[in-house]
Amino acid sequence: MLLLECPCCGVTAEETEFHGGGEAHLKRFGPGSADEEFESYLFHRENPRGVHFERWRHVNGCGKWFHAARCTQTLEVFGTYPAQTTRPPEDLLAKIRDKRPGWSWRDFA
Amino acid sequence: MSTRLATGGRLIDRTRSIEFRFNGQRLSGHPGDTLASALLAGDRLLSGRSFKYHRPRGLVASGAEEPNALFGIGEGARFEPNQRATTQELFDGLTAKSQNHWPSLEFDIGAVNTKLSRFFPAGFYYKTFMGPRAFWKHVYEPIIRQSAGLGQPPKEGDADRYEHFYAYTDVLVVGGGIAGLTAAKAAADSGAEVLLVEQTAHWGGRAPVDEDGGEADVAALVDALEAMPNVRMRARTMGAGVYDHGYVLAYERLTDHTDAKEGPRHRLWRIRAGQVITATGAIERPLSFAGNDVPGVMLASAVRDYVVNWAVSPGDRTVVVTNNDDAYRTALALHKAGLSVPMILDARAGGGGALAQAAREAGIRVENGKGIAKVQGGKRVTGVAICAQAGEGAVLETIPCDAVAMSGGWSPVVHLWSHCGGKLTWDEAQAMFRPDPDRAPTGHDGKPFVITAGAASGAMQAQAARADAAVAGAMAAERTGREASRADAAQPASSDEHPIEPVWMMPQGARYDLRSKAFLDYQNDVKVSDVQLAAREGFESVEHAKRYTTLGMATDQGKLSNINGLAVLSQSLSTPIPQVGTTTFRPPYTPISMGAIAGEARGEIFQPLRRTPMHRWHEDHGAHWEPVGHWRRPYCYPQDGESHGDAVGREINQTRARVGLLDASTLGKIVVKGPDAGKFLDMLYTNMMSTLKPGKCRYGLMCSENGFLIDDGVVARWDEDTFLCHTTTGGAERIHAHMEEWLQTEWWDWKVYVANVTEQYAQIAVVGPKAREVIEKLGAEGMDSQTFPFMAWEDRDLAGIRARIYRISFSGELSYEIAVPASQGLALWEALMDAGAEFGITPYGTEALHVMRAEKGFIMIGDETDGTVIPQDLGLNWAISKKKDDYLGKRAQARSHMTDPKRWKLVGLETTDGSVLPDGAYAVGQGVNANGQAITIGRVTSTYHSPTLGRGIAMGLVLNGPDRMGEVIEFGKIGGGRVSAKIVDPVFFDKDGEKQNV
Repeated sequence: MLLLECPCCGVTAEETEFHGGGEAHLKRFGPGSADEEFESYLFHRENPRGVHFERWRHVNGCGKWFHAARCTQTLEVFGTYPAQTTRPPEDLLAKIRDKRPGWSWRDFA
Repeated sequence: MSTRLATGGRLIDRTRSIEFRFNGQRLSGHPGDTLASALLAGDRLLSGRSFKYHRPRGLVASGAEEPNALFGIGEGARFEPNQRATTQELFDGLTAKSQNHWPSLEFDIGAVNTKLSRFFPAGFYYKTFMGPRAFWKHVYEPIIRQSAGLGQPPKEGDADRYEHFYAYTDVLVVGGGIAGLTAAKAAADSGAEVLLVEQTAHWGGRAPVDEDGGEADVAALVDALEAMPNVRMRARTMGAGVYDHGYVLAYERLTDHTDAKEGPRHRLWRIRAGQVITATGAIERPLSFAGNDVPGVMLASAVRDYVVNWAVSPGDRTVVVTNNDDAYRTALALHKAGLSVPMILDARAGGGGALAQAAREAGIRVENGKGIAKVQGGKRVTGVAICAQAGEGAVLETIPCDAVAMSGGWSPVVHLWSHCGGKLTWDEAQAMFRPDPDRAPTGHDGKPFVITAGAASGAMQAQAARADAAVAGAMAAERTGREASRADAAQPASSDEHPIEPVWMMPQGARYDLRSKAFLDYQNDVKVSDVQLAAREGFESVEHAKRYTTLGMATDQGKLSNINGLAVLSQSLSTPIPQVGTTTFRPPYTPISMGAIAGEARGEIFQPLRRTPMHRWHEDHGAHWEPVGHWRRPYCYPQDGESHGDAVGREINQTRARVGLLDASTLGKIVVKGPDAGKFLDMLYTNMMSTLKPGKCRYGLMCSENGFLIDDGVVARWDEDTFLCHTTTGGAERIHAHMEEWLQTEWWDWKVYVANVTEQYAQIAVVGPKAREVIEKLGAEGMDSQTFPFMAWEDRDLAGIRARIYRISFSGELSYEIAVPASQGLALWEALMDAGAEFGITPYGTEALHVMRAEKGFIMIGDETDGTVIPQDLGLNWAISKKKDDYLGKRAQARSHMTDPKRWKLVGLETTDGSVLPDGAYAVGQGVNANGQAITIGRVTSTYHSPTLGRGIAMGLVLNGPDRMGEVIEFGKIGGGRVSAKIVDPVFFDKDGEKQNV
């Protein structure tokens, strides 16, 4: 059972306090978008063995959504940050580069 | 025969006797006995019949690894099958029953299987029970069910209670042997919080049995730890599993050892530990020789445990057979107890070291390079036939004896290390898999959080184990941020033992007749020949071979058998053992009770029940309940002698003719507030909400981003910035979360708050032609249609209670939904019932609600929708805005499949004979599909008997349905036959809305 820190309320809590919400940093495509764009937005997901960015909600806590950078293989949590962003914080990206040289995920590396 | 020795027994209290019953017979033992030691003391060598061949089986081990001695313990509501006699402490009045035999333990008919064992090889079931298909249900399954399984399940509800317990600690030490105690002390000396758990009732593990001075060392460590305020110690508590990020489950048995069954029986510890030390020891391996399952053949360590701990002799004459030095300790312990050891068979050509010398000096005959060709005896050992280990089993000599102590070496208990990803390495010198400290399980910070200590690390000699444990304790403390001293760590003394030589089969060239009686897995009756057959048949992966042969399955999960089995597999495949690898170690380490897993969550507190403010009133008035999510809603209110169907009919007729009252408090109520509230709702609903005027209501549909309809309900605009969104009963939490998700993760700059106020308001629907009169009677003014039209809301005082009244209708009647603070709900309900008495008011339940909405052709989320239905399928295009650039689901609904004219569309259905269509029935078209099945052209989504119309009515989704009005189509019936129904408008009643708009 994972331990995660909610960046909103600062609590480190058991996984049962949270609810996973799938992949982070999706860009929404609405009316007028091409079929390929919409399909990609709605259905295509990363499935890495390694660094992943995902959404969590502190559902049995402050109720806020946040993002986590986590290794799907070792379950190491590199960090969590508020969901109100389109890009992970630079210091977190630097930390991941340090721990997983050569890593990349979608447009981030 | 096995018997109690006159002296000794460090764990038993000889001054007292306690009685217990085994298969109905009264037997006695001493406090401190296990069920196993007490049975052995009473010469009850035979403990059960084996699973497949029904061979007689006896005790093999003395601890948690025991595969054979499984009993049903207790009676009635406290009966539990498959309990190991070796871990069941004896108490006054204990009752035990043996398993898997018929008609009796001594005489068992199924034992004929062992004569047929050539015909029951690995994969027997897969090969035999193939066809014909019909045989499965009527022949094979009944046979397999009769013969499968171990103990019988309990027949009564569990009389005991269970609990969960949360614990947090810097360092958790699993295992209270000398290594665990040493590690705990080293960690605790740094000041770290330490929790030490031990699965048995005793501290010290093997040290008091195996080491001179071990008992005193253990006592000193226990005293020291008990005096430390930062140490908690729990005996009878097994570390069951290690999970992600330092989460550990431990299983404490509180009352299994006593006749006083007070308090919880088991406690499941849910532990968060900074570091976990697994000091879980090692388990001795059997040797694979013919007849190694005859009762009286035991692990060498178990034999000396019974002698030293419980003063029980497994036999007067015990032959020891080994491939390592440790088993000599058993010979010496037996000798010291005054028992005879006719021979020690050491499979190693070079024999043993100092302990072997000590055995010889004690006058015991030691034969090097020899092994057992075959054990003699059926229900107990009568002798052994000896052979050269290097040969094929030619008998050199036969030795009469009544017990055999075997040792094939030791395997560290690596389960907890492996549960969360710790890797193993094959230690060639010690012939065992041991944890690889460089590949430990890692936690949330990517750093290791499990350390092994003592024998669990592969440190088999006493001094080496202690040194390893001291380092482990200090390391754990350091990793939790403490300063620990490692100065105490003694240098291990050089060992005077000779190394083990792996023996995977005895003799190494054993003939088939020997191999096919050499058991690897006692619990599942897997023999050396079965694993070899599996390898020949291509089951080369260890995981496949396990499943094909059942090696390592069932309650013991291969604690004795796995390493021997994979070594045989490795030899058969000519592949080195490390490349064959082990099967996966999964928690729990030994079985834990279902009660402990459930904890307190059973019966009434299994899950919380949500009650509306009027719940008690409904209960007092005979409501028949319907579970809706966690809510209970009245389905109907049957009166004296009335069937549920009759009650529903009466409630509908009375409501349509006069007036009815519905508790609508469970409907979701979400307040959406802020300058951007209208803009936000325009995105959430398919229709336009921002144009709604304060004081007005509008019905709306919500879709997922994938286009499918997920919820519906009436939105009321409270003021310029504030909307109240009604959701379905089941949808309140889900839709609230849906709103939060979009607000927080997509439109986080929009100025909107949402709050779920479902439980803040009681809501009562007053429905029917007399609804207005009832409300006016409670003092409300201005209820006329000009002042208060349909789809408007107004605040009024009713019976002195400030109420917000929504004039909306889900029944087609004149209808007001009245919201008051939850605390006033019951008062208003009762006032309405009183006021309505003269108008013939009735409370009605959810079924009447459903039927009335169906009569009006209103959809129900979950009936007309199932996650694949879009609003356009339901003829709800009027509620989809064409002016809006965007709403959730709009892009998805533009996809070709969503605009396909062949999508099934909503229609009404009337059976030609007036009957009620079967729910979910499919409409059958012309011809068959590629699989020869009838073509389907639609399905029923809602179907009821309408008391208003006196006939069956239904709604359904039908191919080209709206264009086929008046056409008759056929639906399949469950159990065969067809029923025909006419396609009609889904609004069956008062199409023009004259009743609701009065």
